[in-house]
Amino acid sequence: MIESAGIFEYATAPEGVRPTLRDRYGHFIGGAFVEPAEGEYFRTINPATEEVIAEVAEGSKADVDRAVNAAREALPAWSALPGVERAKYIYRIARRVQELSRELAVAESMDGGKPIRESRDVDVPLAAQHFFYYAGWADKLGYAFAGGGKFVGIGEDGAPLTPALSPGGEREQRHRVISPVGVCGQVIPWNFPLLMASWKLGPALAAGNTCVLKPAETTPLTALMLAEIFEEVELPAGVVNIVTGAGATGAAVVEHPGVNKVAFTGSTEVGKKIAHAIAGTGKKLTLELGGKSPNIVFEDASIDQAVEGIVQGIYFNQGHVCCAGSRVFVQESVAGEVIAKLKRRMGELRVGDPLDKNTDVGAINSAAQLSTIERYIDAGKSDGGAFWQAGGGVPSSGYWCRPCLFEGVQPSAVVAREEIFGPVLAVMTFRTPAEAIQRANNTPYGLAAGVWTDKGSKIFEIAKWLDAGVVWLNTYNKFDAASPFGGFKESGFGREGGVHGLRSYVTFG
Amino acid sequence: MERAAVDKTFKMLIGGSFARSESGRTVSAGERLRAPAASRKDLRAAVEASEKALSGWSSATGYLRGQIVYRLAEMLEGRRAAFAAMTSEREVDASIDLLVSLAGWSDKYGQVFGSANQVAGPYHNFTVPGPVGVVGAIAPDEPPLLGLVGVIGPALVCGCSVVTLVSRSCPRAVEFGEVLETSDVPGGVVNLLTGELAELAPHFASHRGIGALVACGVDREMRTVLERGAAENMKRVSVFDAPADAGGWSSVTQLERVLEFKTIWHPSSA
Repeated sequence: MIESAGIFEYATAPEGVRPTLRDRYGHFIGGAFVEPAEGEYFRTINPATEEVIAEVAEGSKADVDRAVNAAREALPAWSALPGVERAKYIYRIARRVQELSRELAVAESMDGGKPIRESRDVDVPLAAQHFFYYAGWADKLGYAFAGGGKFVGIGEDGAPLTPALSPGGEREQRHRVISPVGVCGQVIPWNFPLLMASWKLGPALAAGNTCVLKPAETTPLTALMLAEIFEEVELPAGVVNIVTGAGATGAAVVEHPGVNKVAFTGSTEVGKKIAHAIAGTGKKLTLELGGKSPNIVFEDASIDQAVEGIVQGIYFNQGHVCCAGSRVFVQESVAGEVIAKLKRRMGELRVGDPLDKNTDVGAINSAAQLSTIERYIDAGKSDGGAFWQAGGGVPSSGYWCRPCLFEGVQPSAVVAREEIFGPVLAVMTFRTPAEAIQRANNTPYGLAAGVWTDKGSKIFEIAKWLDAGVVWLNTYNKFDAASPFGGFKESGFGREGGVHGLRSYVTFG
Repeated sequence: MERAAVDKTFKMLIGGSFARSESGRTVSAGERLRAPAASRKDLRAAVEASEKALSGWSSATGYLRGQIVYRLAEMLEGRRAAFAAMTSEREVDASIDLLVSLAGWSDKYGQVFGSANQVAGPYHNFTVPGPVGVVGAIAPDEPPLLGLVGVIGPALVCGCSVVTLVSRSCPRAVEFGEVLETSDVPGGVVNLLTGELAELAPHFASHRGIGALVACGVDREMRTVLERGAAENMKRVSVFDAPADAGGWSSVTQLERVLEFKTIWHPSSA
């Protein structure tokens, strides 16, 4: 007789490539790596091994000031380039990201703990696609917005240039003027480091802005590798500046008076602080914040596909996903079947070495995040939910949490209300479509939602009533450069991706 | 003997009813005239009415909403003289024309602002604009009628419900409520308050039932108050000056302030 556990044993399949990394990285300002003004560095570690990978500069106010000034200086020339010239630089970046995709993927997995399968197949290809997609917009901005207009750069005095008169003469001049916002301060999270950098930089650069990017403190490496790419492709100095550091560095970027636009992806808590801090300054703001997204399974769904969708929805990237389908609502009549199949599938997920190509669930990003997740699991237990966790071991060093779920969760329970940002699922049941919609929307968040049913008219009716910026019907966690992403309600405002993603990087005159 | 005029008691419009302030307070609305000074409690009642009215109005067809907004233009045309006496003939005409222009947006903004997205995979993917929800609107002091129609109108055609603070310099513009009430706009879809901006602004900003703020003609200090309060529940905030020409009120920029975008994916396979 075959041991059942043996069926799922694989030989390890470690990724062999290693990226070329420096021992120590400065900030990338004005087209070159520079030492931090105050000489401070911090370590970035591999969350799967707890080993130090590199030292990274700690950004002070002086560093941020230097970066904003470099961006300001680069703005007139960059914004006034013919669109197709700007496009060529952004296309070069896209191509170089593609060429270095293996190295970038490995670095991403080492620095953040995500499985190589995901960084290789999702993060890095999508990052390249975002640069490629937005490169193509650089010379088409006159077509990008309802009402049209004429794109012009920003002059040395900080004001939009006067549109040229030819060939339309006065007719041309009467067009609305579309111009870049200016210097963009962009603060990004640790869950999709390279992808978030590309989401932020792609549209900003296409629309003629210059940027100061602040990567998350636990995952700065791929942004710094991107800086090396900018050097290689000869992106004009100062067009993108990267300052590394923790929350204080991000706050310095957001609050710098020379920043015209703030784009932040991260927690709702920090997003609210940012909105409060810049109130009345006239800075433009877009926020992509947290979520507690519902994933609704109807009795007439393809159950096996729905179970895969639940798994993809919550255990993708260890659940470190703002749009994770962390609340599953299953119609009562199929709840038993769905939960049994879900548990079986969870038992097959391989948890471990992020650099092993067979790994499904990698390391939790940091010790701090692991303790947050563990706190939530304890809260879920004391709120009375039935806890279930897939069996199996985890490596002896590093930060790990095996996929788990709570059944019989009350709507008032903490695990049903708050964003956990980990592989923890709350499963609830419902009887009628109206009840599903009401409970799905009963949250301050509104980032994403999933619906599973094979009934066409029903699925579009449910989609219509869900308060969410992204609705995945019979699928989940799909992303694309051409597809706008962003939330309703307290999940933030503004969109990233697609033509809508350009809107927050231009002003109309 | 000269006949004594019958003065009007101006009332607010809350949930489809003409109402005094629950506080009993009033503000001056011209010689001998008074209008209610709305309290925080009146604002709450108005938001509640808006929330209740939202699902019906937002799911009405664009064709129907367009006809109702066009009906507003018809009714305002009928009261042209009265409103011209309050403001000016020019302003009333501009307001009527604005309503006619806005009416046509109700079934077109989806095509102008929406998109079919060419994703790199076998999916139908489209982005659909829709109403942002309950809008809190601060009408400018000037022009009182055109500004009122200008902040209400875009929200109305896009399917939002609205709680509006009427011009402080001309609270009599609240009389537009009588046009609304005779134009098939369902009760609660548009609520009109009169009163003090400084008193009400923080409550507009912090009320969790309001999804977006549209404020026209407020100063920087007021903008800070609104944006700070709005941060509590991540309201979208648009602060702008009254457009130089009347047509500007019907522009795409006015519409996008009250729109929210939903992107829908569905696999395509046999």
